[in-house]
Amino acid sequence: MDTSLLFIQLLNGMQLGILLFLLSAGLTLTFGIMDFVNLSHGSLYMLGAFICASLTQLTGSFILAALLAIPLTALCGLIIELVVVRQLYSRHHLDHVLATFGLILCLDTLAEMIWGPAGIAIPLPAFLNGQVEVFSGVVIPTFRLLIITVGLTAAAGLYLLVNHTKIGMLIRAGASNRTMVGALGVDIKTLFTGVFALGAGLAGLAGLLVAPIAEASIGMGNEIIITTFVVIIIGGIGSMKGAFIAALLIGLIDTLGRSYLDDLFKLIMSSEAAETAAPAISAMLIYLLMAVILAIRPQGLFPAASR
Amino acid sequence: MKKLLTAAIVGAAFALTSAHAADEVKIGFVTTLTTGGASIGQDQEKAVKLALKHIDNTMGGKPVNLIMADDGFKPEVGKQATDKLVKQDNVDFVAGYIWSHVLLASRKSVLDADKFLISANAGPSPVAGKLCHPNFFSTSWQNDQTPMAMGETLNQQGVKSLYIMAPNYAAGKDMVAGVERTFKGEILGKDMTKWGKDAQLDFSAELAKAKASGAEGIFVFYPGKAGPAFIKQYQQAGLRDSLPLYTVFTVDSISLPKLQDGGMEGVLGSVSTGHWGPDLDNEANIKFVSDFRAEYGSYPSFYAAQAYDSILLIKSAVDAVDGDLGNKDGMRAAMKEANFGSVRGDFSYGNNHMPIQDFYSRKVVEDADGNWTTQIEKVVLDDHQDTYAANCNM
Repeated sequence: MDTSLLFIQLLNGMQLGILLFLLSAGLTLTFGIMDFVNLSHGSLYMLGAFICASLTQLTGSFILAALLAIPLTALCGLIIELVVVRQLYSRHHLDHVLATFGLILCLDTLAEMIWGPAGIAIPLPAFLNGQVEVFSGVVIPTFRLLIITVGLTAAAGLYLLVNHTKIGMLIRAGASNRTMVGALGVDIKTLFTGVFALGAGLAGLAGLLVAPIAEASIGMGNEIIITTFVVIIIGGIGSMKGAFIAALLIGLIDTLGRSYLDDLFKLIMSSEAAETAAPAISAMLIYLLMAVILAIRPQGLFPAASR
Repeated sequence: MKKLLTAAIVGAAFALTSAHAADEVKIGFVTTLTTGGASIGQDQEKAVKLALKHIDNTMGGKPVNLIMADDGFKPEVGKQATDKLVKQDNVDFVAGYIWSHVLLASRKSVLDADKFLISANAGPSPVAGKLCHPNFFSTSWQNDQTPMAMGETLNQQGVKSLYIMAPNYAAGKDMVAGVERTFKGEILGKDMTKWGKDAQLDFSAELAKAKASGAEGIFVFYPGKAGPAFIKQYQQAGLRDSLPLYTVFTVDSISLPKLQDGGMEGVLGSVSTGHWGPDLDNEANIKFVSDFRAEYGSYPSFYAAQAYDSILLIKSAVDAVDGDLGNKDGMRAAMKEANFGSVRGDFSYGNNHMPIQDFYSRKVVEDADGNWTTQIEKVVLDDHQDTYAANCNM
C-alpha cells in the first residue's frame, strides 16, 4: 500500500473529524447541560457560512470576515436563545424537537430571502489556495491544513475553558446536576445563554471553514446535523472529550471507508460487485458503528459523569 | 327548470371559455422556480420570454398566452402543476421539464389528454425508447449522448487512462455508462459518491486517490451545487496541471460566473461536451445570445437555449396550420420537420422524436470582456442518434 496516500487520507479524515467536532461541541453542551434537543444547530452553521460570505464580499478579506463572523453567529445564537429557546427548557423533549424543527424552516427561509436561492462562493486569498508539502510526498491543500490547525486550537481552547476556569467548572457542574448548581446560587439562566452562544459561535466557525470548500448554501446545515448527532451519541451526551474522540473516529472511518473499501472488497468478490457494494457500504459505515456502540455501551464511549 | 337553467349557464360558460381558448395559443411551461434548482428555471423563463418577444408574442396569427408553473424540484409537485395546466387551464402545449424524474411522472397527464409535450431538457432513456409517443418532442438530447461524446473526445485527444467520479444515483450511473461505452482507454479508478438529501460535498479522499492513480485525466458529472464545490477542491488540490478535467453538465453559464467570483481558475481550459454553446456560429444563435446578454447581462445556459428552441418549435407547428389548433396531425407533421431555425443549427428528428444532432467538444475560456464562457473546439459526434431509438415502435 502507498504509505504517503494513506497518510494523506489520515489527514483528510482528521480534517473532516475536526469540522464535526466544532459542530458537535455546541450540540453536546446544550444537550448535556440544558437537556435541550436542538435540531436547528445546523442552521447556525449555515448562518456562519452566509455571514462570512457576505463579509468577505464587503471587506474583500476572508480572514477579517471570518474573525467578524464568529462573534456575529454567536450573537445570532444569543438572540435565538433569548427569544425562542429560553421558553422551552421546562418543556418536554418532543416540544424541543417540534420548535427547533420550526426554527430550521424559519431560518432557511430567512436565509433564502436575504441571500437568494443560489448559494454564495467564498474566494480564498492566494496563500490559502495552494498546497503544502507536510513532508516528502505528502502534499495537501493549504486550506485543509488550516482547518486542522484552527480546529485543534479551538479544541485546546475549549479544553482549557471547560477544565481550568471557573466558568468551565460551572459548565461541568451543570452537566452533572443542573438543579444543584441552581440551588447553590449560580445564575443558571445566564450560564445557559452563554453556553448556547458559545455553541453557536463554534457552529458558525465550522460553517465558515466549510464554505470555501463547498459554498454557503440553503439547507447545508440540515445535511450535516444527522452526522453530528451520531457523533454525540457515540461520544456520550454532554461529554466534550467524548465528542472530540468520536468526531475524529467518525471522520477517519468515513474517509478511510471511501478510500479503501472498494480495494478491500475486490479481494473477496468480483470487481463489478465491489464497485456496486463499496459506495453503499461506505455510506453506511458510521451508522453501523453507532449501532454497535449503542448495543454494547448505550451511554456512549465517555458519558458525562453521574448523569 | 332551475336545473336546466344552471346547465344552460354552465354550458354557455364552457362554450365561452373554449371560444376564448381558440383565439389564443395557450402554452404551459413547467420548470423549477423555487428551491436550489431555481437558478436553472429562472434562466429558462428568461429564454422563453425572450423567444416570445422575438416572435411578437404571435403564432399562426394568434396571441400567445404563456403560463409558467413551478415543479418545486419534486415529481409529485410537477405532476400536480401539469394536471392543472392540462385540466384547468386547458393549454394546447406543455413544455419545459428540467428533471428526468419530474418528466416521467408528468408525461402521462399531458399525453393522455391528447396534448403536445415538449421536453426542454430532461431526456431519460424510457421516453426515447419504449415510452416514445407521437405527441412527445424533445428540444434537448437523450441523457447518454453527451457523455458518449465525451468518451469520443478523450479518444481523439489521445487520453489513455481515466479516473471517473459521479454521484451514486440513476443519472450518475447513466453518465458513467455513457462515457465507458465510447472511451477506448483504461479506467484506473471510479468513485460513486453519496447523493441525495445528505449528499457528499467534500471530495478530499477521492481527489487524493485520483491523484495517486496516475490517470491522464479525470471525468466528472456533478450537476447543481456539487459542481462548483468539486471544481474548487480540484483546484485547491493543485490538480489542474497533472490531472486535466473533463466534465458533462457540470460547467455551464450558471456555474461559471460563480466560479469566476470565487477565483477558481482551475476550471479554465477544462473540456466539456454538448450539443450547443453560446458561441455556436449560426444566425439564430447569434441573435439569441446577443439579445439575451443585452436583456439580462449574462450568457444563456444550455437550459435556456433549449427552452428558447421549444417556443420556436411550437411556433413552427402553429404557423403551419395557420392557427387551427384542432389540426393536431398538421401540427405534428410540421414539428417532425424540425424546420424552425434552431439555435443549435440544423438538425432532424428521429423516429422517437429525439433530435439527431451534432455534439461538440468545448473548452472553458475567458472572452474579450473578461467573462468566463465555453468555446466550441470541434464536432465530435456528427448527426448522432441516441441508442434507444431502436426500442421505439414509431
